[in-house]
Amino acid sequence: MWAATGMLALFLGAIVVTAIAGSAHPPSHVETVNPDTLRTIGEFATPGVTVNADGGVTVAMRAEFYVFRPEVIRVPAGRPVTFRITSPDVLHGFQIVGTNINLTVAPGYISEATTTFATPGEYLVVCNEYCGLAHHLMQGKVIVEGAP
Amino acid sequence: MIAATRLILANLAVAIVAFALGALMAVMQAVARAGVQVPFGSARMYYLSVTAHGVLEALVFTTFFIMALGYLVAGTTLGRVAGLKWAWAGFWVALVGTVITTLAILSGTSTVLYTFYPPLLAHPAFYLGATLLVVGSWIWCGVMIGSYRAWRAAQPGERVPLAMHGMMTTVIIWILATAGLAVEVLVLILPWSFGLVDRIDPIIARTYFWWFGHPLTYFWLLPAYVLWYTVIPRVAGGRLFSDSVTRVVFVQFILFSTPVGLHHQFTDPGISSGWKLVHTFTTYAIMFPSLVTAFTVIASLENAGRARGGTGLFGWIRLLPWRDPFFASVALSMLTFALGGFGGAINAAYAMNAMVHNTAWIQGHFHLTVGTAVALTFMGFTYWVLPRLTGRAIAWPRVAMVQPYLWFVGMQFFSIPNHIVGLMGMPRRVYTGEYQDVAAAQAWIPLVNLSAIGGVILFVSAMCYVGTIVVTMLVSPRGERLPMEYAEAMAPPEPGPSIWDRFGVWTAVAALMIIIVYGPPLYRLHTMARFPSLGFSPF
Ligand code: HEM
Ligand SMILES: [Cu+2]
Repeated sequence: MWAATGMLALFLGAIVVTAIAGSAHPPSHVETVNPDTLRTIGEFATPGVTVNADGGVTVAMRAEFYVFRPEVIRVPAGRPVTFRITSPDVLHGFQIVGTNINLTVAPGYISEATTTFATPGEYLVVCNEYCGLAHHLMQGKVIVEGAP
Repeated sequence: MIAATRLILANLAVAIVAFALGALMAVMQAVARAGVQVPFGSARMYYLSVTAHGVLEALVFTTFFIMALGYLVAGTTLGRVAGLKWAWAGFWVALVGTVITTLAILSGTSTVLYTFYPPLLAHPAFYLGATLLVVGSWIWCGVMIGSYRAWRAAQPGERVPLAMHGMMTTVIIWILATAGLAVEVLVLILPWSFGLVDRIDPIIARTYFWWFGHPLTYFWLLPAYVLWYTVIPRVAGGRLFSDSVTRVVFVQFILFSTPVGLHHQFTDPGISSGWKLVHTFTTYAIMFPSLVTAFTVIASLENAGRARGGTGLFGWIRLLPWRDPFFASVALSMLTFALGGFGGAINAAYAMNAMVHNTAWIQGHFHLTVGTAVALTFMGFTYWVLPRLTGRAIAWPRVAMVQPYLWFVGMQFFSIPNHIVGLMGMPRRVYTGEYQDVAAAQAWIPLVNLSAIGGVILFVSAMCYVGTIVVTMLVSPRGERLPMEYAEAMAPPEPGPSIWDRFGVWTAVAALMIIIVYGPPLYRLHTMARFPSLGFSPF
């Protein structure tokens, strides 16, 4: 009993401390968007990378039947990168292999996560939520470029 | 003869057939992922097969087995199952539902996987069949509660036997869980799949699904715990550690198994991080009764080993009945569950979850928990219960002796590579992990191949089990029925019922907790400006 209580206190302590001090939260953005007009109106009609005033970048993306738009994303190393992504059809996943970027993409909702890539290189992007018969073919690429 | 023997055998038979079909699908999946040509191999067949495997193993095998176990426990501890006609009606409703859903899947019109997340849209028959399966299980709940109340009325002031106490907690958890599923399927999905409304909100549907989905895992696990606590100590030759502590543990599962579902939605948009953190706390609360279970069940095994003359710190372990297939199944289940529980603590960890969510790690994880701790316990239990129900001795005792070990070894081969390849980023539920041969994906191949070997060993073990059971039932002569006895407690229970036997009170507290932790996030989802989605059937 005491051993059980002790172990739990340790686990929970670690989570609360990192959640508050390091703001280690899971992605939890709350913002909605109309999936029917995604391809014609607004930031997701022209998906791609925009540079922000602070030198960071924002990537607007669509995950849709079996492709990510854009398929190849170029972002700078060492700067904050914010991914904003949604779907015009079913659920998809957005996972950058080798990082902890892992989002559920749902029609009607915008998922958001921010990260900073330390090392330049190419990263594989996969869809990790079953979305139909070509789910395993849905892939993309993030190219992290060295600081200019 | 045990009350309701035919009913119990009928439920067991459906469970075992579902298990066997599911295992056949599974071995093809496991080797197909390793690039082996299988009959009818294609992406279409792969996802159809994963849908069938998930439904048959996780929903049909488990539910029918648990219904059988419930009737057995009621029949043996209370002396009778009240409302046998109803129980048979429930069996047929659930069976018809199972057949309808299975046919819908095999027809290729319902390849939505066993989680059926909208806006993926299956044939209406898929949802109708699943509804009937659940309605059948609700009738089982009614019969269990009715039997319990009839016994209480006839035995005022007596304490219900521990095994029945555990089955009642299982019944209550199932009712609390399926309330969420009922909202999702009856209110949201069925009208939409019949075309009465054309849109559905995917995040709201998912939230009701996981209200159901997490306590579902405790619906599987608690019957296994009932066997670990109340039968295994006796099989091992010892006594249960404490009757009263066990009742407290069961009640804690009623309280904490449901208000935790958002930990399956850590990566979802539309739900704020505050409520996800609340569900993280309740998730860790449920590790408490699990850890107590581990400690007390091991204590009762130590008691057994020492009663057999074991000495020293570990000497008692060697003297346990490792050749008894039921004992071996449970001991290996517990060992596997320790690994699975450790992985579970990582899955549930708020921020760490992003490393593993929807990767192959997850399929590695739940094959340790439900796929072994629960399924192997159930398989081992069949060897023990059939001679007691029917008087038939197990036909191939040597096969039965080896089978649990084979499962254990196969599962390590299957599951450990899946955990590792998941950490390396490979997603779950993919027909191949090739990804145009990019370097990151190339590194996954050896591990996927290793897990395929594990899949083949598992399949051989599954067939050893099914073969032994079928031959036992068809060929073994009927003899004397062995007695069905439960373990005694080292610390016997206090004579009368205590607060831990007041199921009504605890159910009310649990319902209140669900309202507190689900009310605000669901209210917000339902009331905010949203854009629900049309249905899609990309299969
Ligand atoms: C013969 C033994 C078994 C083998 C070889 C096996 C293998 C597999 C494989 C290869 C997958 C598909 C993975 C993917 O593509 O994501 C899978 C999925 C699954 N298995 Fe098993 N499995 C076995 C037994 C079991 C048992 C006994 C249970 C539960 C009682 C179970 C529950 C599941 C579930 C719930 C899924 C998820 C389906 C989905 O992702 O939609 N399996 N299994
Ligand atoms: Cu996808």
